[in-house]
Amino acid sequence: MIVRLEPRGEPPVWLSPLLTVIALIVALAIGAVVLGFVGGDPVRAYLHILDAAFGDIGVLSDTLVKATPLILTGLACALAFRMRLWNIGAEGQFLLGAWGASAVVLFPLVPDGAPAIVVIPAMMVGGALAGALWGVIPGVLRARLGVNEIITTLMLNYVALAWIQFWVFGPWSEGGFQQTATFPKEAWLPRLTDFGKQVPAFGGLTTHLGLVFALIAAAVLAVVVSRTRWGYEMRLIGDNARAARYAGVDIAKYVIVVFAISGALAGLAGMSEVSGVVHRLQDRISPGYGFTAIIIAYLARFGPWRVVFASVLFGALILAGREIQPSGVPAMIQGVILFCLIAAEALVRYRIVIGRRAATSVPT
Amino acid sequence: MIDLTLILAAGVASGTILLFAAIGEVFAERAGVLNLGVEGMMLIGAVAGFSVAATTGDPWVGLVIAMLAGGLLSLVHAVITIHFRADQVISGLALTFLGSGLARVLGDGLSNAGPIHTLPRLTIPVLSQVPVLGPILFREQSVLTYVGFVLVPLAWLWIERTRPGLHLRAVGERPAAADAQGIDVVALRYAYVLFGGLLAGLAGATITLAISPGWFGDQTVAGRGWIAIGLVIFAQWSPIRVAIGAYLFGAIFRFILDVQGVKTILGFENPFQAGRSATFFLEMLPYVFVVVVVIIGSREALRRRVGAPAALGIPYVRGERAA
Repeated sequence: MIVRLEPRGEPPVWLSPLLTVIALIVALAIGAVVLGFVGGDPVRAYLHILDAAFGDIGVLSDTLVKATPLILTGLACALAFRMRLWNIGAEGQFLLGAWGASAVVLFPLVPDGAPAIVVIPAMMVGGALAGALWGVIPGVLRARLGVNEIITTLMLNYVALAWIQFWVFGPWSEGGFQQTATFPKEAWLPRLTDFGKQVPAFGGLTTHLGLVFALIAAAVLAVVVSRTRWGYEMRLIGDNARAARYAGVDIAKYVIVVFAISGALAGLAGMSEVSGVVHRLQDRISPGYGFTAIIIAYLARFGPWRVVFASVLFGALILAGREIQPSGVPAMIQGVILFCLIAAEALVRYRIVIGRRAATSVPT
Repeated sequence: MIDLTLILAAGVASGTILLFAAIGEVFAERAGVLNLGVEGMMLIGAVAGFSVAATTGDPWVGLVIAMLAGGLLSLVHAVITIHFRADQVISGLALTFLGSGLARVLGDGLSNAGPIHTLPRLTIPVLSQVPVLGPILFREQSVLTYVGFVLVPLAWLWIERTRPGLHLRAVGERPAAADAQGIDVVALRYAYVLFGGLLAGLAGATITLAISPGWFGDQTVAGRGWIAIGLVIFAQWSPIRVAIGAYLFGAIFRFILDVQGVKTILGFENPFQAGRSATFFLEMLPYVFVVVVVIIGSREALRRRVGAPAALGIPYVRGERAA
């Protein structure tokens, strides 16, 4: 028996979303089998995830808190991937962003006692700039010297982590602990619970203003990528770099700019995390947001609004997954999900043909 | 004071880890399949080797299982990229996610497994007496280090001087022409991806069964899989240059450990002593070096107009013209 893949002509529009959903279900099923294999109870684990992530308004709010950095880093990856730039460095750009935002408060770059209306924007600029810088390095190397961006972005993740550790173990360490002092209240992004007095329903809800940044970023990207000349040229490079070059598009410039924006988005995610959630810089500030972002970008097929949706799903997985033992389970399920998505995409492009020998490929 | 001979000897040992992983990747890439899952395959090899050695008490069984585990994982990548013709970059990333997640699941509780029997260390009788090089290369090295010494020339001979090696290069450079010659492109790509997986599993086991036994989660491999991929670019897909790079990086890793134990340097207090925050700058070194080395490799590729295998990353479909 022979199993072959034959190219489809034009796949029907409903096929891709359908296969994406099927891929997710298959991935969860595979995850369940592995979970059962190592002695867990998959049904209880999944019900637990559902309950611990969406069970009531309180945990839903926590899910959105986890989704916030994922949306921003997911957008960072989606933008770069759309141009076929493999920015695997969102994790490092996130960390640098967290550092840049912290530097504004801790050096301090704004006068002590400045009001929130000054401190917060300064932290946003600090975080975005630091993240952009970390993104521009591999961007310039790729654009000017043809250096493989996968390797450089990955290596810079490790450098960023050591950089953060230097500051929280050394100059910024609070009493010898691996964390800085808590930021003053002016450096905290407002949370829903801060308005608990006016709106009692908000009491105890931790969702913070970073979510609004993330949604604005998604909206801006959605418009820029699909409605502007800049976005059109960027997509052209992604689809057919040779055609773009003949059309006179300055590809090197786009590579650097896209890396800068991508880094700035991830950096903003880092800022939103230190300012909205932990209120200080610490060693383990990211449970791998920048890596999950890669899967999110892929699941969302690089569409900004779909990134938001996918981020909520993965936010739930990260939030509820913290309590699942062994601790590697969520990471493993993420890997399985990504594989199933890739396989599903192949099925969008090709149909499986079993048993027929005559191979006449359809010209496309 | 630091004993240079000891550092270099330890560097050769630690470079062996990178050597296995990078040689395996050279074979897969020369066949036209980029496999970015080396980190994941190494982690699976590391955890499989360690846990089997801990339960059976026999590191050799652990070694075999580690290689099989790495090979098995690589087959997932092979099916997805060769049969399903998916993007090799994203599939390789998925492999790393899957491998590291699975390794952490399997390694749950392993960090308290206690000491295991490691693979034997050997001193080669005559060669170890050679001045300078003898004590560095041939004294008290793990048996796997010697396997590495043998593997490098064999890999070079296989790729450059044998008929199967010619087929390998043909599949990676001109798959359509190779196909027309009657070479089974799909089968060869499967075979070399599998070989890369076996070697990545071996590299992982080299960590946990020989060089630094123990299971420390993700930190067991700590990015060495990615460094191996960077080395392949630097080495221009040549096993000989891979060996040079691997031992160089091994020495750097080793130097970083050793320099932290020194109190003074030339009469000044050593700022990089263990426990000081400045040691984090030392920890950056290997990763910064990879970036530097990849830049050098890329510049050279531009200048000499040599580079990656022509069909690297492109799925082969009979009858379809390459873009």
